[in-house]
Amino acid sequence: MAVPILKQGPWLIASIQAALTDTDVLRLQDDVMVQVGRFRSRGIIVDVTSLDVMDSFVSRSLRGIAHMTRLRGAETVIVGIQPEVAFAMVQLGMSFEDVHTALDLEEGLAFLQRQLAREPDAGGA
Amino acid sequence: MAHDVRVVIRTDADVVTARQEARTIGASLGFSSTDLTLLATAISEVARNITTYAGEGEVALRVLSEAGRDGIEVVASDSGPGIADVELAMQDGYTTGNGLGLGLPGTRRLVDDFDLQTQPGVGTTIRLVKWTRA
Repeated sequence: MAVPILKQGPWLIASIQAALTDTDVLRLQDDVMVQVGRFRSRGIIVDVTSLDVMDSFVSRSLRGIAHMTRLRGAETVIVGIQPEVAFAMVQLGMSFEDVHTALDLEEGLAFLQRQLAREPDAGGA
Repeated sequence: MAHDVRVVIRTDADVVTARQEARTIGASLGFSSTDLTLLATAISEVARNITTYAGEGEVALRVLSEAGRDGIEVVASDSGPGIADVELAMQDGYTTGNGLGLGLPGTRRLVDDFDLQTQPGVGTTIRLVKWTRA
């Protein structure tokens, strides 16, 4: 099932709704990259609140999204990692050290707003 | 009472099915939410190795009972290429860049028992067990 991506001002919000297959994850990667260009987005939020498993493939793919979008000038924040999932990720050895994370959508948006405001030429932000 | 389940692994959707079946069985045995997640993640790793390297195989789930505790045994088997260098496959490769990137060292940390049988050209069988906490 494709992950819906909503455009909200300068942000894209990808809200994962159900258990992701590898195919869904790869499609999400492609879709986000296309939409960042189309909407000239400055930040992306990937909401994983409903994910009950983040294995090495999903973790690597989300990291990939964060790295690829950064190369396109947009920051990605992963929000909503569940406590059990966080526990499993650490045991598995999947760290998100170089990826921004936030507790939930609200915190993620606040983070992106701060990032944009910090830019010297941020137009009115 | 939970019954034994075999899930044929051919596609990435089968990987999801296998871990959801394990969740259902684990929940009926009274596994904690954290342990269910650890088990589901471990199954995801070994089942994905099947789709990635062997193309086809199966994940068999069985309920174990021993000394007043219950467990779930997961046997992931395939007739794929096998693993030539088990020692290398079991090295933690994520941070060092060594290892084969099969996720096996991490998977071992998610479960209580881990056993790997493999023979190049014949296939691979990985047995995992997660026990309920007393």
